[in-house]
Amino acid sequence: MYIVASLAIVMTMCLALTRALLGPTVYDRVLAVNMFGTKTVLLLAVVAFLNGRTDFLDLALAYALINFIGVLAVLVFFQSSRERAAGKPGEQR
Amino acid sequence: MAIVLDALSWAMLVGGALFVLIGGIGALRMPDFFTRMHASSLTDSLGPMLVLGGLALQSGWSLETVKVLAILLFLLITGPTATYALGHAASVAGLKGGTREYRASDPREPRA
Repeated sequence: MYIVASLAIVMTMCLALTRALLGPTVYDRVLAVNMFGTKTVLLLAVVAFLNGRTDFLDLALAYALINFIGVLAVLVFFQSSRERAAGKPGEQR
Repeated sequence: MAIVLDALSWAMLVGGALFVLIGGIGALRMPDFFTRMHASSLTDSLGPMLVLGGLALQSGWSLETVKVLAILLFLLITGPTATYALGHAASVAGLKGGTREYRASDPREPRA
């Protein structure tokens, strides 16, 4: 039962990675990274129950918060660099 | 009683995995950034709800259930917030979305 869930989550992570590679704009890549992080949390939780070792749940909890902070940090970084480059015409990095 | 709980948690787990997969496929196939975000935010909200709910049912009344529900709570708080910040940053950066005449490859220039 857990195998089915973990396989589906791993496949979604691969889909998120392909979106990260294909993504035309930089925000598609941030979206893919955010999805990948959330799926890591789910995979950790499911594997915790798969192996019966429930201390993985603390890892999943910590990773859920860190992933959120990471996405916000990346967004702030893009926003500040966009303001610095405001003089030049809006080229897409 | 245990059979019912097992069957219910199994159904929620597989349903959650299905929704996570659908969100992933949606994020890949949607033509435009904002529609991709719409599809992928599905996996941020409903997927964890079902998957972690199934796990919580599986572990009954114990510390694991408290941890799983804490994860679910944080995911439900941080997921939509991150999606909102992403959408706001993208729209501030001038990313147009939604109207069909934009080519899927480059959402900023309208179709020639």
